[in-house]
Amino acid sequence: MTATVLDVDLLPALACAGVRHRFGDHTAVDGVDLIVQQGELFGLLGPNGAGKTTLIRLLNTQLPLQEGAISVEGHDVRRSPMAIRRLLGYVPQQLSIEAALTGRENVAWFARLFDVPRRERKARVADALETMGLSDAADRLAGTYSGGMVRRLELAQALVNRPALLVLDEPTVGLDPIARAGVWQRVEELRAATGMTVLLTTHYMEEADALCDRVALMHLGTIRADGTPTELKESVGPDATLEDVFRHYTGGSLGAETSRGLREIRRTRRAARRVG
Amino acid sequence: MSAEVAPNLWLRFPSRVNTFCIVELQKLSHDRTELFTRAVQPILWLVVFGQTFNRIHAIPTGDVPYLDFLAPGVIAQSGLFVAIFYGIQIIWERDAGVLTKLLVTPTPRAALILGKSFAAGIRAFAQVIVVLIVSALLGVALSTNPVHIIGALVVVVLGAAFFSCLSMTIAGVVLKRDRLMGIGQMITMPLFFASNALYPVSVMPSWLRALSSVNPLSYEVDALRGLLIGTPDHLGPDFLVLIVAVVAGVLTASSLVDRLAR
Repeated sequence: MTATVLDVDLLPALACAGVRHRFGDHTAVDGVDLIVQQGELFGLLGPNGAGKTTLIRLLNTQLPLQEGAISVEGHDVRRSPMAIRRLLGYVPQQLSIEAALTGRENVAWFARLFDVPRRERKARVADALETMGLSDAADRLAGTYSGGMVRRLELAQALVNRPALLVLDEPTVGLDPIARAGVWQRVEELRAATGMTVLLTTHYMEEADALCDRVALMHLGTIRADGTPTELKESVGPDATLEDVFRHYTGGSLGAETSRGLREIRRTRRAARRVG
Repeated sequence: MSAEVAPNLWLRFPSRVNTFCIVELQKLSHDRTELFTRAVQPILWLVVFGQTFNRIHAIPTGDVPYLDFLAPGVIAQSGLFVAIFYGIQIIWERDAGVLTKLLVTPTPRAALILGKSFAAGIRAFAQVIVVLIVSALLGVALSTNPVHIIGALVVVVLGAAFFSCLSMTIAGVVLKRDRLMGIGQMITMPLFFASNALYPVSVMPSWLRALSSVNPLSYEVDALRGLLIGTPDHLGPDFLVLIVAVVAGVLTASSLVDRLAR
């Protein structure tokens, strides 16, 4: 294992340097350098199997860092994992709520787990539910929510500790277009209201184009290009889309890489089970 | 935006236990079906098995009626049956993505497992209240001393906490719900029969007595009998064994929880 020293003048929200992670003989993340500045809405784009989720799981301390360095708000993931967890709001790829609790109880659960003081808890829970437009449904069992409402409930859970960095791993996957639009609207409103740094992963290029201040294209564990969507599109040619940019830098289309990515995922999971 | 002030590491343990117990009570309050369905089996043990063996005097229990002797065993058994399948919940949480989120909260792994194990204790506690009421209705001479009753409930929670840790440990090894179900079913009855829940240790063959002496369920039943029906007890050693078992269970299960989330 080697540690790379981070060299940044300003304190970024997230800094990754030389990050590499293997599952057995499969390299899921292969030398990633990445800076996300304070207040940015940053998109990590790539097909399934590109290594986006592994990178997220490294920065949120779920996986041990094998090689390289990651800091979140100046805290090193190896030295201060608990401090980092306090600063993060995290929405995983799967729809993940406790269906046997109400929406309010789901959010209050995470308020307690993040040690939100008791005197503030009730108001903070109500505020998070209100921000996500769930006040009216707050006392219904979460098992009765639609997919879009579940996602918004997860966002409310992730916001209740007032995180410095909100991490959304494929937040709209599996949602219908209306629900997807609803989730993005809430994320944009939230960011406009708070200036919070948001890191999201997605393979919906058009959504990233419309939403993100900067994006990084990830493919087979490496960052192939990063910049603002406009810069990246201009680097390829007039009228180029982010899909064209992706094709230009990776040599393949997103759709073709997705099927290859599924094979990669299966291989990665098998390897993870073997070494786990 | 601001992160919360981190409480002392040791304060986080009782805080997380409290959190998971509240969540368990909230779940129970929304769906009480399980309380009634799970009460059927212990009631059968007491009403059918207990009353029958009470009449035929087949098991020597001294001056204590067999039904009285059996009731603490059935209480312990109810807690065991609730707790031994508790690992299924952590596998379900893994499958539903909830475990991933729990693991990135500022909660030490051991505090997470301790919280969940005491939540299992709360579920067993609710179950035991039902069994205590049925026992009283059947005429079991239970202690009415509130200290003894509280002590018995603490014993039930400790027992359930240990067996839920055992279940979560198995979950961390086998990783799949079906496998955990199979192993849970395989070990539940041997744990029950290799204890003093149904018959006194004195009537056991030596090999079963040896198994009983390393079975935490036996210490749980011994403490319950002492507290609830006033048989000669060994409360100090019983509590010590249960507490050591819970600590060992929490440490073992928490060392495997990351494996579940990979």
